[in-house]
Formats: sequence, structure tokens, C-alpha cells
Amino acid sequence: MKNFSYASPRSEAEVLSVLAAARASSNQRETELLAGGTDLVHLLHHMVVTPDLVVNLLDVPSLKDVELLDDGVVSIGATVTLDVLLAHPYLNPYPAIGQAIEGIASMQLQCQGTIGGEILQRPQCWFFRDGRGLLAAGGKLAAEGDNRYHAILGNQGPAKFVSASRIAPALIALNATARVIGPADDEEAYIPVADLFRTPRHEGERENSLRPGQLLTHFLLPPADGVASATYEVRHGAGPDYPLAAAAAALWISGGVVQEANIVMGHVAPVPWRSHEAADVLRGRVIDEQIADAAGAAAVAGATPLSNNDYKVQLAKTAVKRAILRAAGLPTGGL
Amino acid sequence: MVEYSWPAKDKATAIGTRVKRLDGPEKATGKAKYSYDINLKNQLIAKGLGCPHAHAKITSIDVAPALKVPGVVHAEPLKKSGDEIEWQGELLAVVAAESPAAAAEGVKAIKVEYVQLPVFVEEDNLVAASAVVEPVPTPRPPNLISGRAWKGGGKTLTVKEPGDNDDEATFGDKEIERLLKESAYVVEATYGIDTITHCCLEPHGSTVEWSGGKLTAHLSTQNVSQTAGQFATPLSITADDVTVHCDYIGGGFGSKFQADYWGVAAARIAKATGRPVKFMLDRDQELKLGGSRPSAYITVRLGADKDGVVQVWDSSHWGSAGASNPGGVSEGQIPYVFTPPNYRRLQTNLKTNHAQARAWRAPNHPQACAITQTAYDDLAAKMGADSLEIFKKNLGTDAKSGSRGAKPSVYLAEMEIGAKLIGWKEHWHPHGKGPAKGSVVEGLGLALHTWGGGGNNSTCSVKIHPDGGVETFCGTQDLGTGTRTVIALVLAECFGLPYDAIKVNIGSSKYPTAGASGGSTTVGGVSAAHRRAGQEAFAKIAELVGKKLEVEPATLEAVKGRVQVAGNPAKSVSWKEACTLIGMTPLEVPGANRNSERTNLTSIQVGGVQFAHVAVDKETGVIKLKKFVAVQDMGLIISPQQAESQIYGAVIMGIAYSLFEQRISDPKTGAILNAELKDYKLARLGDVGEIVVSLYEPESERSRGVIGLGEPPVISPGAAISNAVANALGVRVPTLPMTPQRVLAAIKAKV
Repeated sequence: MKNFSYASPRSEAEVLSVLAAARASSNQRETELLAGGTDLVHLLHHMVVTPDLVVNLLDVPSLKDVELLDDGVVSIGATVTLDVLLAHPYLNPYPAIGQAIEGIASMQLQCQGTIGGEILQRPQCWFFRDGRGLLAAGGKLAAEGDNRYHAILGNQGPAKFVSASRIAPALIALNATARVIGPADDEEAYIPVADLFRTPRHEGERENSLRPGQLLTHFLLPPADGVASATYEVRHGAGPDYPLAAAAAALWISGGVVQEANIVMGHVAPVPWRSHEAADVLRGRVIDEQIADAAGAAAVAGATPLSNNDYKVQLAKTAVKRAILRAAGLPTGGL
Repeated sequence: MVEYSWPAKDKATAIGTRVKRLDGPEKATGKAKYSYDINLKNQLIAKGLGCPHAHAKITSIDVAPALKVPGVVHAEPLKKSGDEIEWQGELLAVVAAESPAAAAEGVKAIKVEYVQLPVFVEEDNLVAASAVVEPVPTPRPPNLISGRAWKGGGKTLTVKEPGDNDDEATFGDKEIERLLKESAYVVEATYGIDTITHCCLEPHGSTVEWSGGKLTAHLSTQNVSQTAGQFATPLSITADDVTVHCDYIGGGFGSKFQADYWGVAAARIAKATGRPVKFMLDRDQELKLGGSRPSAYITVRLGADKDGVVQVWDSSHWGSAGASNPGGVSEGQIPYVFTPPNYRRLQTNLKTNHAQARAWRAPNHPQACAITQTAYDDLAAKMGADSLEIFKKNLGTDAKSGSRGAKPSVYLAEMEIGAKLIGWKEHWHPHGKGPAKGSVVEGLGLALHTWGGGGNNSTCSVKIHPDGGVETFCGTQDLGTGTRTVIALVLAECFGLPYDAIKVNIGSSKYPTAGASGGSTTVGGVSAAHRRAGQEAFAKIAELVGKKLEVEPATLEAVKGRVQVAGNPAKSVSWKEACTLIGMTPLEVPGANRNSERTNLTSIQVGGVQFAHVAVDKETGVIKLKKFVAVQDMGLIISPQQAESQIYGAVIMGIAYSLFEQRISDPKTGAILNAELKDYKLARLGDVGEIVVSLYEPESERSRGVIGLGEPPVISPGAAISNAVANALGVRVPTLPMTPQRVLAAIKAKV
């Protein structure tokens, strides 16, 4: 770990001013935001990131609340921990989120990890974590090396890693938005969660779209209004290890027929991967195993596996199928 | 003359009773201090710079920049310009600093330049290994075949001997072909098991300090009594000036017999700086350097008669034990436990760019079991026969054995017990023919194993104080066997005392010498040594009590805190009173066990049988253990609860290497990609299912005395679980670990 300065601001405005001051100073150019630290501390320890300044967010009270707003929107502060979300009654109508948190399967990670940190955690790509850069030689190391856990979709550019978040697919499927403030004091934007993610084209670009000096403060879940949702992860074992492939499904069903569907896969692409193809299969149909299976097949029809991860196509397909069945309240099958 | 013996099962009051581990509370509460927990006043933290390349020549190394990092006190190279490095992670330099962070920053500041050299890490690829083109050392090593492939030995044995007209050179090969051709059933298949690392939770390392020319090393070691010299020689002192100390060890599994060069470096830096130095490997260094188990891949042809008894075995296997010394799984263990009358087995060792393997719990056996008893199961599948019956038939009988290690009757009895516990009759079905629940199928499998486990050379000194206090000193260690508890039970038996009244002092090289904890030899060694010392000590006390009570000393026994005429508590003195007869000076009695001697106190060679019941999801390739049964012989059982713990741990470790564990080397760069706990997958509690342990201790085996247990139960899980998966799917997943990727590939290959 490299030595760094440490700041612990007490308000959102103070966070922005600390970040602005750091950017203006000559010796604190690299900054990292610290929430639960379950990812950042590891990155610091291994000197994958070597910030000059670490800004703790846990002393900002406005980031810590789960609220039900007047319009039925659920607002979740970025530093709310996962165990709180798991038990929170406001989240009951959105089972996809709780199921994703349950999948993390480590009480320590659930109690220490925050929703903001979970969404913005860095990729687990082993070349990146070994300090070889996020794109790892322009994608060459992953393309030519062992890529068993890498992307099968959206992997035509230099980015071969997979988005690490386990909750983001659920939030995107549920049409959640994110409140982002900064870099200027008065800047505030509400953007779809999907837009927080991007596929970097150059080393130095991150996998999220936040600009330096910006702060993600809240997630906003639209009213549940009849949405049925679920997450299904294919996990090698019962531990907290990342899934091999995952999917979240949100279904708006009326009279037994799917009116609208959002299908988002996790751990298959450098970003959470929304499958319009799968949604197209479902719209206007009654969910049964056959339709769910067809949606799964559609979701991976465009997959472009790398040299050693063809198996993930089958896993992603199964994850989509089972997420849809689970959302519809049908048995998923499997172990 | 005291006649050494164990008490009969129905007479024993301590041995064989269920007691809790003496140091359990310390371990559970964190009071127990492992070597990693030792922090000395004013200590420096040392960290090593690992080579980022798997094969490179150093062209320059400069540690000076590290010394400019605030907090860094000392930096020294461990390698020099011109040195060739043959595996990733090898330590090139070491930095000692006031804090871990400063040491890490210092390491990062070191400047090394390399010329990268070609890398070969494909352990499973014999063809590619043979085809590697690179300079051959001069003189050419006699065992080098070509490229990275080395001769590893082999043997051909046939029942029929060459006749007068046969060419002796080719007879064996021809005979093997003839036997295969005449076999009623032939199985041709490939199997494999990847390299795993020891992954000790407590990494290798030590905290060391000097005091007046004497070195104390708090070393994480399974070899307390024999590591002092390993520090002394390179430091140009003698072993009497070194004390090695280890109260608790956080995992060794065969990888912690040595001081290691980083331990010696710590001592050297401590001397140079005049300060204690703590040098524990980082996690990634632990996984790259701290020890690994060789891989093994095999092509097999076996031929069986119409009853399913294997008459001919023909195999060629290869694998890697690293770069220093080409090695692999010994052909002597092929096929495993079964001894077909005709066989040809060939071993090739690959030299790959990995650190040298270290002994891993039952060296050779788990791999040999996994790559050969799977073939016996595939024979059953081919015949449409019950695997249990095929295994039984191939064992033979005590009179005409078809197996080695334990007697066939032991394996067979254990099979009966295990089959009942797993529900073989209820759940077994022909391979691939079980009922499917959606995409989920279930299956059963079994495997069997043997291990030597003779007691090691152990000495001890048992001290009985005039106030009745009992303590012992023994330079052994507790690798996880419950050594303290075992010793306490043995002495408690000798003196009729509660086991927690015995003070057990272990973990110092200044105590009487005891062997390393390796090869399942500790419990046999220390229990035999302590039984001798205990019986000798009691004989001396009995003499004193006999005089006082005016009875024959030989009629006295120690029971429930009293020394009494056997069966007659009326004629007795309390233990405390008996000890006052010793006089002012404590009674000190040595005890010893010699590994080479076979006595009624300790013996060798156990047998065990294990069964697995699995469920497999054919859509995802995910395998779940439903139930696992381990039936194990270990001669006389001192502490059933510790024995069971040992077996639970072994089974969990076995499940880990069957389904999860794998050292992943990047084929392109040779980098170890998963040298992190988050990437190095292990079984979690949710993955192990129900584990049932059955201790097999009939009088026929108990009368052999104590035999070690550390290795045997970790041998069979690979084959047992693989066989269960094959039974479920009707297709073999040939290589361990059986990851979802491999399960799906095996299913796909069949379609």
C-alpha cells in the first residue's frame, strides 16, 4: 500500500469541495472514494490503485438512508449496506435485488459492503488485479491467455473483462436511476443506472461513466406497480465467489401475458448486458419453461466467446431462463 | 522390566474416550498465538519482491531506490545479475521496514531488469512439452527425453515369462497386447488431476530475534525439532545457538518442513539491523512458492476377464512437480491399491515453469487414486455392473490378495459398513440410468486407500512433581492432529488422572527431539514414546506405594486419581499421596519411539473406504455433494473425537480438490492467475454436504497399536466423487477439479 492523504467530509457539498480541491492541487491528483472498503482496500493493498487521496464517504449522513418518496419511488443512499437492504421492507416488492445480495453469501461482505460500492466495484479480471491494466495490453493478455471468466458478449474491443457488480443487472432491469452530483457545486443529474457503465476503449478510461469530481449519491427505484423480478446466478460453489454468469429479469405481466420485460445479464460483458432479444421473445407471451428457454437462447445468440469460455454461453442462457421462471413464480429447476 | 502395552478396550479409562481438544478454547477464542501472531517489540516487517515473470534472466538488480522510501531500514538482493529465474514469484530481493506499507512501497521501488525467456506451463500437454525447443544443458541429463519431457521410470510385469524362442526385449510389450486382446472387457480412457497448492491459511514465515549471538525463530513449522540447523548453517553458527518455537501452526500439509531461504533472510536482516524481523509470505507468494502438489494425467488401457477382474493394466502418465527437479506421481502407485497380475506402467515428468512441488498430504496417493480407481469404475460402467461389486472382486481375498496396503478383509468389511451408511442399495443405479429431476441427476461412487503411517522417532521427558503435578516436554508440534490432547490422554491413562490435569509442553526445539509431523507419523510416535515413559514412571511410583502398602508393586494400578491394588480401592493411596513418596526432586522419566521398530504400541498400514453421493445439474455443470461417508482403520484409536475431526478436515480438503481447487497458470505468460484467496477456489461449508465418519476399530486392528491418520482420509475423495459424478451422468468428467466448465464439456463431448 502506498501512503495517502485521507479526508472524511460530512456532507455531499463537502465531498464535492474536497474532490475539487484535490484536483486543483499539484500533489493529490489521484483520488479514490472509500465506502465499505471491501474492494478498495484490496486494490490499495495490492497497489493496483495508488491514490494520493482517499475520501471516506461513511460520515455523510444523507447517503445512509432508504426512503419511500411521495411518488412511490424508493430512494437508496449510496452507502447503505447490503445487509440493511436485504432486510428492508421497502425492497420487498423488488426481490431481484435481495436475491442478488443473498448470492454474495458472505455476511461480512453484506454487512460491510455498500450498494454504491457494489455497483461501482472494479472488475475482477485477474490481469487487471495483477496490475497489468484494466485492458491488459489492449485486450491481448485476456484474448491470448486464460480467459475462462472473461466476456462472451461486448468483447470485440480491447475490453475483455466482465462487469463485476452482482446487483446492477437487477437495478437496470427494474429501470432504476442514479443521482449523480458534481463536479460543480450545483450540478445534479438523474441518469439510468445502465448509463453508469461503459466499455472502455483505452487504458486509463474506467468502466464507469462518472467524471472526476462527481459523486454517486442515491439510487431511485420506480414504484413496483406489478413488476415481477428475480435474479439468478450460476455459481460454482456456495461461497461468496463471483458467479460464472447471472441474469436479472423484470416482467410486467397483465392477464397472464407479458406486457413488458427487461432482461439484463451479469458477468458476461464489460457492462451489465441488456438483452432486447430476450425481451422481444417474452413480450405478448405467457411464461412457461419453453418460452423462458427461448428467451435464454435469444439472449446469447450473439455471443462471441473467447478461446476458453464457450461454456459461459450455456451458463448465461440458463441464468436468463431461470431468472425469468423465478420472476414468474415458476420452479427454476437445477440445483 | 516394564512390559509396554496398551490397555484392553474395555479396561481403558482415558484412551478411546470422547474428549474435547485441550487447546480448542484457545484456538476458538484467538488466545492461541500462531507464528503469524507473534509480534516482537521494535520489530521490522520484511517483504520480498517476487519475480513477475515465469522465466527470465536478470540483467540488473538495484535495491538502492527502496532505501529512499520513508520507513525502509534495510534492503538486500537475494539474486544477482545473470541469475536465471524459472518460476513466477521467486523472491529476488527483500526489504525490511518500520511498517508493512513502507516495506511494500520499498519492494515496489526496487529496480530489476530482465531478459524474458520462453515459458512452458502446460502440465497436461505431453506432446507440447516434448516439442519444446530450447538449449539443452551440458552434459545432457541422462533422463531428459526431449524438450521438457523427462523419463520418470516405469515397469512391465507379466505372469507369463518369456520362453526360449521369445525376444526378451519385446516379450513384455507383446504379452500386454495379447492379454488386452484376449480380455472380455477393455477400458481405454484418459484421466487427470491438476496441480493444487497447499494454500496454508497461515503463510510460510517467521519472526526472529537475536540475543547475545543466539537466535530465536518463531517459525510456522511442522518440524520444530529439526529446523534449527537449517537456520544455523547458512548463518555460520551452530544449531545449539538456535531455538525454534511454534506453539500453533495454521496449516502445513507437508509444505512446512524447512526454515526456507526467506526464514534465513529474516535472521540475517535481524542480525544486520539489530532488530527483530517478521517475514511472512504474502498470500500470492504463499500460493506461488509455499508449496504445491504435482499434477498427473494418464492414458489407460485395462483389460478384465468376464467377471470384471482386471488382468492387465497398461498406462502412461505424466505431470509436473515444477522446474527445479522434474518429478511427478510415482509409477509405483499405479494402479492404486489394486494389483493386477500383468501391468505396464510408464511415468514421464514434465519440467514446467513453476516452483518445485512440496509434499502434500499423502504424497502420490490422492493423484494415483484419482487417475486409476476411476478406470476401475469405468470398467463397471462398461459392463453395466455395480461398481461396488467390481471393486470387491478386484480386491481379492486375504489368502489371494489382489490389492496392497491393508488386508482385503479390512477393505471389504469397511465397504459393507460404508455401503450401508451411504445407502448404496437404495440409491445406486447403473451409470447414467438414474431418474432425472429436471436437469438434475444423482449418483454414487466409491474409492479406497491405504497409507503407512508408522510412528516417527519421538522422545519425551515426563516429569512427575512431588505434589502430584504431571507435565511432559516433547519437541513435537500440533499440525492439527490434536497432538496435545493425544499426549494428555496417553499419560492420563498411565496415571489414572483426568486428561486435562496433564500439562503438555510442545513446540520448542529445546525440548526432547521429536520427528517432523509428516507422513501421518506424529500420533504413533508421541503416543508410543509417552506410553513407555508413562509406564516406566508408574512402575517407579508403584514400587514406592507397594512398599508403603506392603503389597507387590505389580498388583498396583492407577485409577480415578488413586493408586490401588487392582480392583480393590480399599487398599490404596491417592495420586497426590503417592507422589509425595518421590521425595524432594521431581521424578523425570524419558520415553522414546523409534520409527524403525515395529512393536505392539505402534504399527503401519491402514485401509480406508469412502463413498460419495452427488447431484449434478446438467444445464450448468454444477455438482453438489449430498452425502459423503468415510470409513477408516487406524489401528488403536487414542482420541475418537480428534480422529473424527481429522477425517472431516481431510474429506473437506478432498471435496475442495475434487470440485474447486486448481492452480491456474496462464499458458501465454506463465503467470499464476489465481494466486489470491478470492480466485483460488476452495470448498465452503455450503459445498460439503453431510459428512459421515465411521471409525473402524475391531480388535484385529486395534491390537496392532496406534497408526497415523493424517494422510489416509484425504486420498479417496477425488476418485469417489468422480465416480459418483460418472454414475450420475453416464459420462466421465476426466480431470479434477470437476468445474462446471469441465462437466459441460464432458456432457457435450458425449452428445
